[in-house]
Amino acid sequence: MASVELTDVRKVYGSSVEAVKGVNIAIEDGALCVLVGPSGCGKSTLLRMIAGLESITGGTVRIDDRTVNDLGPAERDIAMVFQNYALYPHMKVYDNMAYGLRNRGMPKDQIDKRVREAAQTLELTHLLDRRPRELSGGQRQRVAMGRAIVRNPKVFLFDEPLSNLDAKLRGQMRVEIKNLQRQLGVTSVYVTHDQLEAMTLADILVVMNAGAVEQIGAPLDIYEKPASTFVASFIGAPPMNLVHVTSDGNGLILNDGTKIGATGLAVPGEGAVIGFRPEDLEVAADEKSHAGGLVLELGILGVEPVGAESYVYGIVGGERVVVRVAGRSASQTGDSLRVIIPREKLHLFGKDGKRLND
Amino acid sequence: MIENNPIGRFIAHFILILGIVIVAFPIYYTFVASTQTLQEVMRPPLSLLPGAHFWENYKAALFGGVGRIGGVGVGRLLFNTLVMALGIAIGKIVISILSAYAIVFFRFPGRMVFFWLIFITLMLPVEVRILPTYKIMVDLGLIDTYTGLILPLMASATATLLFRQFFMTIPGELVEAARVDGAGPWRFFKDILLPLSKTNIAALFVILFIYGWTQYLWPLLMTNRNDMATIVIGLRKMISFADADTEWHLVMVTSILAIVPPILVVVLMQRWFVRGLVETEK
Amino acid sequence: MASSTRVTFPNKLLPYLLLAPQLAITIIFFYWPASQAIQQSVLREDPFGLATQFVGLGNFKRVLNDPNYLNSLQVTVVFSVATALIAMALALLLAVMADKVVRGKGIYRTLLIWPYAVAPAIAGMLWLFLFNPSMGTLAYLIRSTGYNWDPLLDSGQAMVLVVAAAAWKQISYNFLFFVAGLQSIPKSLIEAAAIDGAGENKRFWTIIFPLLAPTTFFLLVVNTVYAFFDTFGIIHAVTGGGPGKATETLVYKVYNDGFVNLILGDSAAQSVILMVIVIALTAIQFRYVERKVHYG
Repeated sequence: MASVELTDVRKVYGSSVEAVKGVNIAIEDGALCVLVGPSGCGKSTLLRMIAGLESITGGTVRIDDRTVNDLGPAERDIAMVFQNYALYPHMKVYDNMAYGLRNRGMPKDQIDKRVREAAQTLELTHLLDRRPRELSGGQRQRVAMGRAIVRNPKVFLFDEPLSNLDAKLRGQMRVEIKNLQRQLGVTSVYVTHDQLEAMTLADILVVMNAGAVEQIGAPLDIYEKPASTFVASFIGAPPMNLVHVTSDGNGLILNDGTKIGATGLAVPGEGAVIGFRPEDLEVAADEKSHAGGLVLELGILGVEPVGAESYVYGIVGGERVVVRVAGRSASQTGDSLRVIIPREKLHLFGKDGKRLND
Repeated sequence: MIENNPIGRFIAHFILILGIVIVAFPIYYTFVASTQTLQEVMRPPLSLLPGAHFWENYKAALFGGVGRIGGVGVGRLLFNTLVMALGIAIGKIVISILSAYAIVFFRFPGRMVFFWLIFITLMLPVEVRILPTYKIMVDLGLIDTYTGLILPLMASATATLLFRQFFMTIPGELVEAARVDGAGPWRFFKDILLPLSKTNIAALFVILFIYGWTQYLWPLLMTNRNDMATIVIGLRKMISFADADTEWHLVMVTSILAIVPPILVVVLMQRWFVRGLVETEK
Repeated sequence: MASSTRVTFPNKLLPYLLLAPQLAITIIFFYWPASQAIQQSVLREDPFGLATQFVGLGNFKRVLNDPNYLNSLQVTVVFSVATALIAMALALLLAVMADKVVRGKGIYRTLLIWPYAVAPAIAGMLWLFLFNPSMGTLAYLIRSTGYNWDPLLDSGQAMVLVVAAAAWKQISYNFLFFVAGLQSIPKSLIEAAAIDGAGENKRFWTIIFPLLAPTTFFLLVVNTVYAFFDTFGIIHAVTGGGPGKATETLVYKVYNDGFVNLILGDSAAQSVILMVIVIALTAIQFRYVERKVHYG
């Protein structure tokens, strides 16, 4: 068991392509850290640098208070679960799991004990004699996990391990991974582009964009206080609504020139972005203005009833927004809908995308 | 099947059988001739059924009269040919798989230069540069040696390219998984790459074995001594002697002995051979 | 988000060791002799081998003006075209038929691939056994009709015999490729054509044959290369280039001039010309490979 510490870690391809730009993350012993971001944000590169599969251009990677920059992957005492599982196709499940232990010269009986224990934990015992191609996607996933846990490593690394599974299985495996990780208490780094996976799994969530960290924190903290418009629009589904405004001293002006009442937010002169979650609002029946809240009149573009709630897609000030309404919505395409967002639910970002209010 | 047309299928079977007759007839005819006496062979037309002298002729060719072909027995020629075919097949597979491994799984200065150096030899069959190659073999003292028969035919780009192509389809994650599992280059090669290449190796083996067994020009040049000749060369020497005392029935036996081993290899390893052939040449 | 570059091992020295055997053999047995052939082709040796003299392109000029060389070029073209056409046409016919039958496919294939394993020289001998005027049964049958069959004396008949042997040996190879080519044509296309009212014959010429074009073209190149180089054994064993010089192909002439007549400069110049031909053929083949990628 170990902590993982990244200090100013950088990766430059060739002479100029900066894939990872000075990342600092500290992961406590036993925590599950999720790196999330759109494809190309550098999260996989970062994970592979921790694994030792990718050289480190600058900064240090420390595992269990030991700098591992120059160690090969096998010397770092890590185990990795790959996106395509990377099971050895010609080996039986048993041998797939035992291979790493054999390479370390572990005695046979001990290998056998470890493999069988891991197989038991993952309910793989009846599959030990099969080859990977005879297994379903979910079973392969478990074998890949099994290969990681038999090693009893200091750190688990997961590279989008669930992205090849169908939605139902993905949900199931997500819970299993979480429980397994808790139960084993092994420090883990988990890469995904799926924000739901990130939210539900993470002890610490790291949102990355264009090679840099946008925000680090507990998932719900990040959800409630996104540090930038990027994080705001990446975390949460449907994402946070973002509306561009300018201030003329006594009220706010939307993109298309519509005036709306003041909200009490300190909107800077050069303009700002107001954000609100689709669920953080109420539908107003009358014209009453609500002190300190934001009142918006949406032109409805469409309504999607999904059962317990409905998504109402609308347009305001020329920008698209979505709101969640409990139950069925009476609104119809072409109607207008007045919504009120309470002041404490409003997020204010500067023109540069950085959060302004707290 | 779009049209279940019995007449069409009957014609198809008929043409195929006709094709087989054409393809098999020369071999069958030679086999029939190999079971007749010399007098019967020399007096056409030959019967279309095997004669009664199978054991007699084959025994005579294999064991009787030592040194039938310029003082050398058929067994020795078959052995030479086997050594040459196996040497070429195994040697080529070994050096090709190693060089393809280097080119695909390592990055090092000069990698592409080396790749092209090997690749260009694809365009230079041995027939094109026989004379200078022959001179080099003389200078190196390799005439009438197995090394001389085998080594120059061992290098060719085809096998390297096939392995390269196959290696490139191996997912990078598999290499990474092996590295995480503590496997270095040698372990990865031995435990993962070789077992995965089994089919390719089998296919190449058949193709290269046939290639080695059927060589003609090279052994013709490389061997002066009769006891180093291959069976094909020996056979050619048998029929090039004057007509009068050629033992044609034994020539026929030798022909059959020369073509049966490679045919067996092709037919028995058909599955790999067909797949390998169609893949190699793409 | 997998990285796009190939995953590799970090060793620095090992790859050179792995490449060493192949490189050594390639350099000693390919580049050295090839460069010597080129060097030799611009030199002329006196008959006693005592002095050599630089003659520039003189050897090439002489070779290309030599009626014997031009004859052998013509022989090679006739021989190659005839061999390739016959071997491919028969193989295509058999492959189309094999594609049609339901039962016995495997057996037919097994019985049709034998000649692949037969050495060209032996293929020549087998046909010589059949058509040798003194003892060949088929020669006997032809002669008994009154036709004067003697491929050892008649140059046209000699050519027919070596073409037959060369084409016979190559049928197996072409057959396997045509079968693979036919299998890769989507059945839905043929069904669509059938629904569009194309009969069996029409389907073949308008759908199947055009879609087989990549295979056909590939085989054309391979068969040409085969007829140029691999058939040396057939010529050597059956006709020895004769009668006269009726079956003396380019490769046979290189051998004959270099090893039998010992005209080194000319033989080297011929080798270089052959190299150019092979490189041209290979280049054509690569263009084809590119195009096939284009086809998807």
